[in-house]
Amino acid sequence: MSDTHAESVAFVRKTEIPPAPPPVTETGAIKWVRENLFSGPFNTIMTLLGLYVVYWLLSGVIPWILNGTWEGSSIRDCREIIGDTGGGCFAVLGERWNQLLFGFEYPSELYWRPTLAFILLFVTVPQVLFISLPRKLLILTGLYPFLAYWLIWGGSILIPFFALVGLVLGYAAFTRAERINFAAGLAAFVVAAVVAWWLGGFLTAAAPNFLALEAVDSRNMGGFMLNLILGIVCVSLSLPLGIVLALGRQSRMPLIKYVCVVFIEFVRGVPLITLLFVANVVLAYFLPPGTNFDLILRVIIMITLFASAYIAEVIRGGLAALPKGQYEAADSLGLDYAQAMRLIILPQALKISIPGIVNVAVGLFKDTTLVSIISMFDLVGMIRGPILSSTDWVGVYWELWAAACVLFFVVCYGISQYSQWLERQLQTDHR
Amino acid sequence: MAMADTNPQGMTVSDEVAIEIKNMNKWYGQFHVLRDIDLTVHRGERIVICGPSGSGKSTLIRCINALEEHQQGSIVVDGTPLSSDLKNIDKIRSEVGMCFQHFNLFPHLTILENCTLAPLWVRKIPKKEAEETAMYFLEKVKIPEQADKYPGQLSGGQQQRVAIARSLCMRPRIMLFDEPTSALDPEMIKEVLDTMIQLAEEGMTMLCVTHEMGFARQVANRVIFMDAGQIVEQNEPEPFFKNPQNDRTKLFLSQILGH
Ligand SMILES: Nc1ncnc2c1ncn2[C@@H]1O[C@H](COP(=O)(O)OP(=O)(O)OP(=O)(O)O)[C@@H](O)[C@H]1O
Ligand SMILES: [Mg+2]
Repeated sequence: MSDTHAESVAFVRKTEIPPAPPPVTETGAIKWVRENLFSGPFNTIMTLLGLYVVYWLLSGVIPWILNGTWEGSSIRDCREIIGDTGGGCFAVLGERWNQLLFGFEYPSELYWRPTLAFILLFVTVPQVLFISLPRKLLILTGLYPFLAYWLIWGGSILIPFFALVGLVLGYAAFTRAERINFAAGLAAFVVAAVVAWWLGGFLTAAAPNFLALEAVDSRNMGGFMLNLILGIVCVSLSLPLGIVLALGRQSRMPLIKYVCVVFIEFVRGVPLITLLFVANVVLAYFLPPGTNFDLILRVIIMITLFASAYIAEVIRGGLAALPKGQYEAADSLGLDYAQAMRLIILPQALKISIPGIVNVAVGLFKDTTLVSIISMFDLVGMIRGPILSSTDWVGVYWELWAAACVLFFVVCYGISQYSQWLERQLQTDHR
Repeated sequence: MAMADTNPQGMTVSDEVAIEIKNMNKWYGQFHVLRDIDLTVHRGERIVICGPSGSGKSTLIRCINALEEHQQGSIVVDGTPLSSDLKNIDKIRSEVGMCFQHFNLFPHLTILENCTLAPLWVRKIPKKEAEETAMYFLEKVKIPEQADKYPGQLSGGQQQRVAIARSLCMRPRIMLFDEPTSALDPEMIKEVLDTMIQLAEEGMTMLCVTHEMGFARQVANRVIFMDAGQIVEQNEPEPFFKNPQNDRTKLFLSQILGH
């Protein structure tokens, strides 16, 4: 404020008047409670009932947690420490934590390997999940599956290396031959990849210990790690497969269309657990004797097929929701089918489908616990089998199942929050 | 029919044939939408197509860039025959621009991206050049400042102008318009028509389905009247409006100009 101005005015307040608080009955909390919880007799009764239910729940859960013990090496120790305070026997979680996470046969001195793989997941996957990051980092994401495989299963690095080389060569061949047409591209892909894998097989056999980590058999995978492996692998595989199925279902070529329709309808019509039994038992009959077709791989294939049928239907919904004008505009600009799909149709259809896809992904992740029924020791299998049936911890139900719930909840809630964030990021249509 | 070499504004029409449709027929199932259409469009010609709703105007111009298939007769665009050969179809589509009634911009891309997409992927032009071209045409339709917005943030008139710019970025030799102004409020119609008039003055070959008769009078050198899937009458704008020959044309014009 200028001096002249200050002189021309008799009084200028130099400080701001602090706002006076409104009367107590009109301020935030009390006003809100009065208006929202006790605004009428019915509302008052519901509020009191609600309070009672909350009290009843907390009066059960809080002593259980607060009086619980984390010490002791068996349920008998727990009982001694807790007495009849109603506390929980959380000692089992500490004692068997590694088993809950890794299963009971993964060598304990190698726990760092899956742990490292899990941490690397957070380094390499954001490039896909957060669209704002530089695209070049996607290379890291592409390398991740092979690195993670090497870390978790061990063995010579040549195995994942040649798997990767085969795919890269296949892709290179595909882009060359695709100029002729798409079928030629696919054929070139298959030939290049198979040749690379075949040669790679020789080299790997020749140098089985080249940069080898101690190998861990698939049978020894277990615990929450197994759920995460199945969940992450199956979701990542079923998304592209689902897209292909959804597009195939829209195809004008009757053969492609009906193959997709039959597949989707069949898979949706049978329970996942039956597919898992098929994977476990029946496939073994069809394979030549002596072939060792990894059980986890069989299960991954089944869950992926199952989830992809659902994802295909979700994406079909998204495709159907797009106005016809989008296809026409893409066509009228001269974009070919692949370009129109990739640049115009799928980005929009997938965005519409995010809630549905996440729904399938979360459901799929939880359904991975079904493998406990075909005697794999995932988190649920571990609790049901080795832990609860051990003499030390027989009967410690609540604590173990609560822990399982918490682990699953954290992951599923995370996925859900991420998807909501992603939807907001992609909100560009300003409707 | 008299073919003018120039129209009142002095815009020239060459002898070169841009579109040649011969004896074209189209059915939707049992329904005969287009009957024996014969139409020759010369380079630089500006043709306005009008007619009652359901007469097949949209279907006709959508056949020209193969958004709809025709079952009989031939269509040759810029010397390329329209057959089921995908290569020909893609070639024709990249030479023929089209603007729709509902703009059909891509809502997930910015205005600039909308304009550069096809040049980048179809013409394989370097990104920088594509962006320069896009800005050039956005300036031409007078909305360069909106380049980084999304279509949903623009008014209808602005969106339609972006749609025109998007087509122009492919440097088409022919432009098709399907009722470009009929989804717009009156005050926005003018800005879109001005853009189209400017385009016409630069000698673009244009086929417009529109009921803007003022536009037809000002820029068209031929007005075509369609009814029930047929071209019923065609003439230069002056005689077409002053002295229509066919009864159906008279009825239509009295309805559209009458009030
Ligand atoms: N996909 C379709 N299947 C069946 N009939 C159709 C289809 N599209 C259009 N028709 C019919 O073809 C006829 C011509 O349609 P068209 O859209 O070309 O009319 P139009 O002259 O553009 O009318 P408007 O002025 O209302 O846009 C109409 O009777 C319409 O019902
Ligand atoms: Mg129409």
